[in-house]
Amino acid sequence: MFFGDNKLVQEQFYKEISDAIVNLDKERAIELAKRAIIENMNLLEVIEKGYGDGIRRIGDLWEEGDFFLPELMLGGTIMQESMDILLPELKRSGENINLGTVVIATIEGDIHSIGKTIVGTMLSANGFEVYDLGADVPAEKIVNTAIEKNADVIGVSALLTTTMFGQKKIVDILEEKGIRSKFKVIIGGAPVTKSWTEECQADGFASSAVEAVKLVKKLLNK
Amino acid sequence: MKVGILRPKIQVLDEEHKNKIYIEAKEILENLGIFLENENAKELFHNEGISHEGLRYFIPSDLVEKCLKTVPSEIKLYDREGKEHITLGEDNVHFDPGSAAILYFDETSGEIRNAIKEDFIRFSKVVEHLQYIEAQSTALIYQDVPKEAQDWHRLFIALTNCYKPVVTGTFRKESFTIMKDLLLSCRRSEDDLARKPLAIFDACPSPPLKWSDLTTQSLIDAAVSMIPSEFVSMPLAGASAPMSLIGSITQHCAECLAGVVIGQLTKTGAPLIWGGSPAILDMKQGTTPMGAIETMMINLGDVEMGKFLKMPTHAYMSLSDSKVPDTQAGFEAGMGALLAGLAGVNMVSGPGMLDFESTQSIEKLVIDNELIGMVKRLLQGIEDYGSPFAANILKDYEDKEELLSHPSTLKLFRKELFLAGPVIDRQSRDMWKASGAKSTRKRAKEEAFKLLSKGSLRPIDDRVAKELEDVALKHL
Repeated sequence: MFFGDNKLVQEQFYKEISDAIVNLDKERAIELAKRAIIENMNLLEVIEKGYGDGIRRIGDLWEEGDFFLPELMLGGTIMQESMDILLPELKRSGENINLGTVVIATIEGDIHSIGKTIVGTMLSANGFEVYDLGADVPAEKIVNTAIEKNADVIGVSALLTTTMFGQKKIVDILEEKGIRSKFKVIIGGAPVTKSWTEECQADGFASSAVEAVKLVKKLLNK
Repeated sequence: MKVGILRPKIQVLDEEHKNKIYIEAKEILENLGIFLENENAKELFHNEGISHEGLRYFIPSDLVEKCLKTVPSEIKLYDREGKEHITLGEDNVHFDPGSAAILYFDETSGEIRNAIKEDFIRFSKVVEHLQYIEAQSTALIYQDVPKEAQDWHRLFIALTNCYKPVVTGTFRKESFTIMKDLLLSCRRSEDDLARKPLAIFDACPSPPLKWSDLTTQSLIDAAVSMIPSEFVSMPLAGASAPMSLIGSITQHCAECLAGVVIGQLTKTGAPLIWGGSPAILDMKQGTTPMGAIETMMINLGDVEMGKFLKMPTHAYMSLSDSKVPDTQAGFEAGMGALLAGLAGVNMVSGPGMLDFESTQSIEKLVIDNELIGMVKRLLQGIEDYGSPFAANILKDYEDKEELLSHPSTLKLFRKELFLAGPVIDRQSRDMWKASGAKSTRKRAKEEAFKLLSKGSLRPIDDRVAKELEDVALKHL
């Protein structure tokens, strides 16, 4: 196939990529990423109209109840692996598509990591640079990593009513250091409510990974 | 159905008692006899030399035994288009909505009212979409057709709007021919209909020990055409049957054995289903609770007897006596469906039904579909995929510290899990609030409307629709 400027052929190629993501066909998604590079295509468009479209469709399918968490995760992982091939090429040509940097963790004392991991995977799949610090992470360490990585967003998960107070601690430390305005703080986890978000003075909360992506995009005006 | 290590089961009778019940039921038929009004049946009995005193006919045990030998142990049902759909036999479990409700629970107004034709059209369309309700039934009796069309017209509406096989029945002897004509509209010939049954006719003996003129005629007409009949024997423990559960089970056995004899004398090999709708009498209200645990226990005993005699089985379970689809409706229907599943009842009539079999509700039907999905999952049991069962997967946990993205999770979750529909609330509290803090009923109602807006999954062929309509117009 020769692409040139043929819009129709390009659109067809983007659709193939998007379908490969939705079909959770890892081999095909990676093969298409390599071809995009060989064919010297506009990689920003390939990511946005192909891979990005696929991952958005997966999100929609999950919201509709046709897809479930393992599929959401696998879609995100395939997306990440495709990005690992495309991003170095983009950087070489001086482009940067990082929508923002997110440091994410489950708070100290809490070992529930799965919700946080799904959110991390989906953010990463949607073009954010994600540093997932894992579970049972002290608030100080989360804040220090955010400073070090020059993060835009700090995401803190808590699954227990006894550990959710650690989420507030993040905001308190940021206030103490006088750097609260440099970061958007988002919180998540089963016990988290809107009123808790207000009480913490966090910037937002989401109750699903798909919502979390929407929330971060909104907070960063993306 | 593929079953895992063990098929989960329940039993309420042991072999010794099943034998005792069977022997006593035969003795009842031989010594007490059954009341028979129907002239055709009397002739069949006279031809066999069966003795009688007035309307009481005494059926010898050896005739019962002979007739049992020729009853098929399995019945395959086919859909409207003639495709094989479900098999009634062994421990297969299938559900159909409870039949012939006289009232409709209006999900929009919340009112319990007389049903109209439009209600049944909508009902049939919803049934078509419900995955776990594999057969339909002529579930509602509506008032806006002439009285003499009230039985057969439902079959016309059912077949027009839903492809699934139908559990139905007659209210007048004359209706059988019309109903058979409707069924023939969906088949090439009488023989084709006999080979590919599309409907089951309910035959309801009157307790105790009476086969009425109408129900006997239905049984005979169906047997002649090799159309399956389903006995709906309904002993009322403490009123028209003994108070003891085992006494009611024995009476049910006798009434059904009489049905076997009538059916097999009409035509050897006629397809028959061992079924019923027994109940206890509520000793305070004088009502017939279908949601009572003892009613369900009689059903379990009845079904065990059917299996003991190697016949396909039926029971009226998964219904409730509550007047609205509330908590009582949920737990009674849930217990009934679960027990019916564990007992391996081949055809369970009940979903959607409220108020002692008198009211049908689309809301409840949609909720029941979900609980039946769960029951069916239970019946598949626990699967052995080969050992080690966990060790290798746990080794992989170290990699990512989660197993959600593990290949085995993706491979198995759709197989291992019953994926609950939107009627079952498993949202986080925030999402539940954000989506309107809806009750089960509200969610069920919305789901019903959503299904109705989807249109037919398998629309009827124009030619068949026209033929059905021609039959209907001819008799209206």
